[in-house]
Amino acid sequence: MSGLRASGLTCIKRDRVLFEALSFSLKPGELLYLRGPNGAGKTSLLRIVTGLSSADEGEIYYQGTPIRTSNTYAKSLIYLGHKTALNSALSAIENLHYWAAQHQVAVATSDIYHVLEINGLVGLEDIPVRFLSAGQQRRVALSRLWLKKAPVWILDEPFTALDIDGVAWLERKFSAHVKEGGMLMTTSHQPLSALAGDHTTLDLEYRF
Amino acid sequence: MWKWLHPYAKTENAYQLCLTLQPWLWVGALACLLIGSVWGLAFAPQDYQQGDSFRIIYIHVPSAILSMSTYVAMAVAALVGMVWQWRTAYMAMIAMAPVGAVMTFIALFTGAAWGKPMWGAWWVWDARLTSELILLFLYIGVIALYGTFEDKQQGGKAAGIMALVGVINVPIIHYSVEWWNTLHQGATISKFDNPSIAPEMLWPLLVNLLGFALFIAAVTTVRLRNEIIVREMHRPWVVKLAQKGEK
Amino acid sequence: MSALLIGIAQRDLRIAFQQKSELVQPLMFLLMVVTLFPLGVSPSPDTLQRIGPGVIWIAAILSSLLGLERLFRDDFNDGSLEQYTLSGVPLSAIAAVKVLVHWLVSFVPLLILSPLLALFLNLTLPMYIALLLTLLVGTPLLSLIGAIAVALTIGLQRGGVLLALLLIPVFIPLLIFATSAVDSAALQLPYYPQLAIIGAMLLLALALAPFAIAYSLKVSQN
Repeated sequence: MSGLRASGLTCIKRDRVLFEALSFSLKPGELLYLRGPNGAGKTSLLRIVTGLSSADEGEIYYQGTPIRTSNTYAKSLIYLGHKTALNSALSAIENLHYWAAQHQVAVATSDIYHVLEINGLVGLEDIPVRFLSAGQQRRVALSRLWLKKAPVWILDEPFTALDIDGVAWLERKFSAHVKEGGMLMTTSHQPLSALAGDHTTLDLEYRF
Repeated sequence: MWKWLHPYAKTENAYQLCLTLQPWLWVGALACLLIGSVWGLAFAPQDYQQGDSFRIIYIHVPSAILSMSTYVAMAVAALVGMVWQWRTAYMAMIAMAPVGAVMTFIALFTGAAWGKPMWGAWWVWDARLTSELILLFLYIGVIALYGTFEDKQQGGKAAGIMALVGVINVPIIHYSVEWWNTLHQGATISKFDNPSIAPEMLWPLLVNLLGFALFIAAVTTVRLRNEIIVREMHRPWVVKLAQKGEK
Repeated sequence: MSALLIGIAQRDLRIAFQQKSELVQPLMFLLMVVTLFPLGVSPSPDTLQRIGPGVIWIAAILSSLLGLERLFRDDFNDGSLEQYTLSGVPLSAIAAVKVLVHWLVSFVPLLILSPLLALFLNLTLPMYIALLLTLLVGTPLLSLIGAIAVALTIGLQRGGVLLALLLIPVFIPLLIFATSAVDSAALQLPYYPQLAIIGAMLLLALALAPFAIAYSLKVSQN
């Protein structure tokens, strides 16, 4: 079976049950949009799906194998969290270059320049990231989506700090990815617009 | 054996087990402590060198031995929690920590009090006292680490790792301190170097040792029950339990 | 994979040299603590020689506590650690590389500074050689064990003092063996047994610490 499948997930944080026996699946060419109020466990769920944290009960399967034992999951996944994962002392180029090396993606420096260019960061490539605005930093972080060819994208609040153009730009990237047969799971505060294409919604409730 | 033990990984079952064991542990602990202490303090013969002051061993020795064992027990609980992912094991570890720390403190206090007539000073950098002191520091580290975490589940895991790091270190610390002591002080007469202890003195000591062990177990079960209830406050079974109590 | 680990080492070295002041400050602290002892205890050469090895080692342990946090702090705060965890490379290998780089940038300067400390505290040449050897074998141990505690406390707001509480008791055996090696050197006695014990502790830590660090980092990120 292809795609991602979650079965019977339970997550207990600070001795509060965030969700119990949660199951869903994500097939190639699908966008799963996760919705819920603050504290409902959206981030916790996304982190469990990436394998960063483990569920108290339940399991995530990627192409039929649990992600804990899967050899291919790390290669097929891009996760971008709340935090941009950019070291503030390094430049955008250096940050992306080292990130690509860590994830064993072969990219030439010229490719990184190109990606930064199409993402509207011309002239900002070589200065330490701490001098960029929050929105520009977010764009640098999102540039990873162009660098690594991975079918599974898990993005936590990717629109944070982006301007209107930026939001549209990212939504178009989403729909392109999904059309190519990619899988995308994301969450955001504002609803997705038509640019992002079709999507299924998963609602999480706040529980006491 | 694991089949038998496994149900207790569930907090509710562990709670019930604590409840069942508790009266037996308390009765056993009180009986042993009463018999051992009265026997040791009133009926065991005097030491020919130290007179009556040796009788402090009936408290000092059990607490010192059990302060070490409690730390090892914590590390075992942490390992069980880590390998089988039992939340209850971490809770048990945390329940034991302050009990062990108090035992260590009792051992230090009685050791110091005993030092006064023996060495003429309240504190001497004797090897055993020093390693007890460091053990107390290790306990404080584990308790402080757990206390700093707001997410108690995460805190339990973190404290568990620290307990394991500590337990690897306990023998190293013990031998290094002993070796440091012989290097710096020459041969101090160690308190327990007497090659043998008369059986009339030994028996009450053993009874008290058992009493202390049961006492630690009893306090631990109380604390574990408490920990489970506080941590699982919102779980249905706890709510049901509380409603039953109200009626 | 080795190319990848070299890449991580390069990145960390680069960041370290971008933040030179953070590297220099613990060293200056060390120098100042050592300066306090002649002023506070006694400037007499005999006394200094007697307490010297202990003073240098205690100051080294204290100053290492100040610098340890930067091992994972930035990577945790900006989210790079999440990316490391998801890169598919064992986190223990990454942790080992990071600890190695940390040792290179924070303890090798200390080794370079050590002749000055030896002069300040009136150590003889054999004592200094012994001190240098104990520092060489002992400081990687500080980095390795320290990294476990840093990994555990990294998610906490006020981890600084807690780090010291956790680590000082664990470092006591190292302090005992290291200072006694230097004391033996002062008496012209062989000190390789102490060195061998420190070496054994280092090997044990090398074998176990990377896994403990990786596990702790996972707990901290959970």
